Amino acid sequence: MSLLAVENLCARHGLLQAVRDVSLRAAEGEIVALVGANGAGKTTLLRTIAGSHRATSGRISYDGAEVAGLRANGRVHLGIALVPEGRRLFGNMTVEENLKVAGANGRRGRWTIATVLDAFPMLQPHLKQRCGELSGGQQQATAIGRALMTNPRVLLLDEVSLGLSPVAVNAVYESLQTVIGEGRTTIVLVEQDLSRVMRIASRIACMLEGRIVLEGKASELTREQITEAYFGLRRGEGGARA
Amino acid sequence: MMFADQILQGIFLGAYYALIACGLSFLFGVMRIINLAHGSIAVLSGYLVWSLAEHFAVSPFLALLAAVPVMAAAGYALQRTVLERSLRSGPLIPLLSTFGLAVVLDNSMFQGFGADTHSLDIGDLAFASWSGPGGIQVGQLAVLTLVVAVALLGGLQLFLTLTPLGRAIRACAEDAETAELVGIDARNVFAAATAIALVTVAIAGAFLGMRATFDPYTGPTQLIFAFEAVVIGGAGSLWGTLIGGVVLGVAQNLGSQVSPQGFLIGGHLVFLAVLAARFVLAGRDWRSLVRARKPASA
Repeated sequence: MSLLAVENLCARHGLLQAVRDVSLRAAEGEIVALVGANGAGKTTLLRTIAGSHRATSGRISYDGAEVAGLRANGRVHLGIALVPEGRRLFGNMTVEENLKVAGANGRRGRWTIATVLDAFPMLQPHLKQRCGELSGGQQQATAIGRALMTNPRVLLLDEVSLGLSPVAVNAVYESLQTVIGEGRTTIVLVEQDLSRVMRIASRIACMLEGRIVLEGKASELTREQITEAYFGLRRGEGGARA
Repeated sequence: MMFADQILQGIFLGAYYALIACGLSFLFGVMRIINLAHGSIAVLSGYLVWSLAEHFAVSPFLALLAAVPVMAAAGYALQRTVLERSLRSGPLIPLLSTFGLAVVLDNSMFQGFGADTHSLDIGDLAFASWSGPGGIQVGQLAVLTLVVAVALLGGLQLFLTLTPLGRAIRACAEDAETAELVGIDARNVFAAATAIALVTVAIAGAFLGMRATFDPYTGPTQLIFAFEAVVIGGAGSLWGTLIGGVVLGVAQNLGSQVSPQGFLIGGHLVFLAVLAARFVLAGRDWRSLVRARKPASA
């Protein structure tokens, strides 16, 4: 059974319909990657699942229960956590305080400051530093660590590589591998690097203008299929589904 | 010696300003709300303490103890019924709604308590003093005010740094939407912060009634002094508020040495000077203060 199931979800920014009738499922331990051009609706979709953005219609069920009516903090208590685009750390607070504030308000579980530091050892020397002073990679690690501190069962990652150097991106993904490797956390991630997506994701969904135009197992999709869907090259033929 | 005495008394006066500015500074720091009803709420809590003390014939300090939970509950309600709604409609609406609240409170107090001035009966403490070197007299109530102000502002600062609720308040102050994403109920946290702010206002209101008299329309003057202390000390910084209050108190006392009208003028001049200095330090042309704002001047 799916841990997270989105059905016919729609979300708007004023008059702009950013997410149109999207249905998406993620089973326990699965890694679903969302790809698509800028403005395709990936971020809005993640924010709507997390509760930061209001859905105009559709259902979001998590672990069998409908959560669309809950606010973001309520969904965190059930086990859905979002690492928002642009990291959104509490910049005047230290790394440790950022982790603590999430730990104190989220769910209890295996993720504590100690286990987060095991996964992200690069944060250890910066615990007492204010987040605003950190490098982009360290900030991203803190943002992921902060989300983990709420002990999510579903982790939503929005463009963790945005604005980072290739070295920093590798370091962040290397640490994420600890989370992925355990296979206990379901991950829905937005990522622009297609080769990385094809390597780590179990399923890929490609969004175009608010709709999912291609979805399938990572092993069964080819780079060409994804690229075509990404740019909408086959729109006249009604889209592809693998 | 005269000046030393004036500065010392100014510091004590400033401690009272810091006390009354504490809640204003805290609310602005957490929610970016300038609570124009602040002074009126302080007077209201003065009346609350006075009523309790008179009715049960107890010491005002005991009455203050009873008033604290009442004001905390009032703060929670204030946030959920007035501030939260007005914040949703943009940054200017809280100014209007708290201004309206001030008018309602002032006139309701006039209706309920009449125009008579009141003060809290604290017996000998009102005029007892210690003698220092050079004939300087230090009022015991003034010292108590200073101690309470330092303890309250310092305690609040420690609370924000060290406790889980304090950290949650800081997280919400920075980014309420993201705070919700780590499981914080921002609405509750803001309501708790307002409750804390009104507890400090309750204490300030009690000290207002102990050191002077108050009537239903005392609020706005208190608001002005509190506001000046907050701005001088740097908006939203608690230690800054303490320093701001002291600077204001010293300036007023020194001003009164220069001229009988100098008390208020001295305070206002320092306030304006600090404001102008901040403006210049922020790299903006002070002349833009008097000129009409042009669209592309930023």
